[in-house]
Amino acid sequence: MTQAHVSVQTQDSAQARHNASATIAISLTVNGRAVSAVVEPRTLLVQFLREALDLTGTHVGCDTSQCGACVVHLDGEAVKSCTTLAVQADGRAVTTIEGLAQGTTLHPMQEAFREHHGLQCGFCTPGMIMSAVDLVARFGPGLDEPTIRDNLDGNLCRCTGYHNIVRAITAGAQAMGAPRDLAAE
Amino acid sequence: MFAFTYQRPEALSDAVGALAADGEAKLLAGGQTLLPTLKQRLAQPSALVDLSRIPGLVGITRTAEGLAIGAMTRHVEVASSPVVREVIPALADLAGGIGDVAVRNRGTLGGSLANDDPTADYPAAVLALNAIVVTDRREIPAGDYFRGLFETALEEGEIITRVDFPQVECAAYMKFRNPASRYAMAGVFVAKTAAEVRVAVTGAGQSGVFLWTEAGEALTSDFSPQVLDTLTPDPDELMSDLHGSAAYRAQLVKVMAQRAVEKAAR
Ligand code: FES
Ligand code: FES
Repeated sequence: MTQAHVSVQTQDSAQARHNASATIAISLTVNGRAVSAVVEPRTLLVQFLREALDLTGTHVGCDTSQCGACVVHLDGEAVKSCTTLAVQADGRAVTTIEGLAQGTTLHPMQEAFREHHGLQCGFCTPGMIMSAVDLVARFGPGLDEPTIRDNLDGNLCRCTGYHNIVRAITAGAQAMGAPRDLAAE
Repeated sequence: MFAFTYQRPEALSDAVGALAADGEAKLLAGGQTLLPTLKQRLAQPSALVDLSRIPGLVGITRTAEGLAIGAMTRHVEVASSPVVREVIPALADLAGGIGDVAVRNRGTLGGSLANDDPTADYPAAVLALNAIVVTDRREIPAGDYFRGLFETALEEGEIITRVDFPQVECAAYMKFRNPASRYAMAGVFVAKTAAEVRVAVTGAGQSGVFLWTEAGEALTSDFSPQVLDTLTPDPDELMSDLHGSAAYRAQLVKVMAQRAVEKAAR
């Protein structure tokens, strides 16, 4: 069990108009690893992941809850880590994009994005993939294009025009549903 | 964000106590509106009181009259609930159309109602269905609850615990989303009981959600989209902004209402 003791200090903490921010101890699981930390209550989950744990795969695209680049799983469900406090993840399990691959073997959804050119600059990709994996968990591996498009309305991409993302998710979903020995072929 | 302290009470009475002890404290439900507000420094609470660990605030129950839904029940739970789908399917549809998937996984019924954003979806359902907002101290009928933009009948420190939705003969919700923000520019919830039809409008009114009584009366005598052909809500009461004029919104309300009637009648 790894214990990472970190205190996240935000830039504007010095200018805070009042010093209400007693720090608070939290313990959670991140990508299967137990983590304990002391954070300010206002620390966002994304800030905690990126700045305290160095898990910089989770991106901040907008910071206004619209783009979905920051999507991670909280107890298996897609959430915007820019719109969740680190303290709200206390006692819970977080999975980030770094938690999907098995060693050097990409997760089937990651592999599908690579294979189908589901990314260009790659900025939106971590959120896209986390949302896609959540989608498969909810709708099963056979999900159709309208379902994918409909459920991706919280993930914005400035590059691809979405077609290849939808193709990648269709293929990734099928690969996730395939029996393991076949998927490994 | 300005700094704040954080409390996570495990009993409703402790949450009530925390709010009573500190007038600057705010409740944290799903945080999908509150956290963006704090990030923009539009509010500066001294403390956040997180309701997520208080038992009894989550869940959907079939009651004799309809449904009782706990205030901390998330949109995703309402959208995917077989009980809601069976008793008031329009409510499941509405919840499934709020924000996006990630927002629905966090946002709650009580949070939406306490905030009372003029473009929020739930207020239209609560008003059209004539639901009852239950708090730690009383029951507030929908007609008394909504008081204007971000204004409700809630007193200082009052906490919504659940909402009781009566079952109706049929209902439907239709909204026209702002193409950029995806918030409702006009959302219309139509609910029909044996006695009357109620039409509630969100997203368009100058002072938040409202009942379009003229349409309700017309639909009570003839529940068909055509009876609304000659009716339009008064544009003087509607919002006008860069996204659309009041007259445009009035037209949207009419069309959404007609589509809702059509869907409800199916
Ligand atoms: S950074 Fe979280 S939604 Fe854009
Ligand atoms: S690949 Fe560039 S934002 Fe999506």
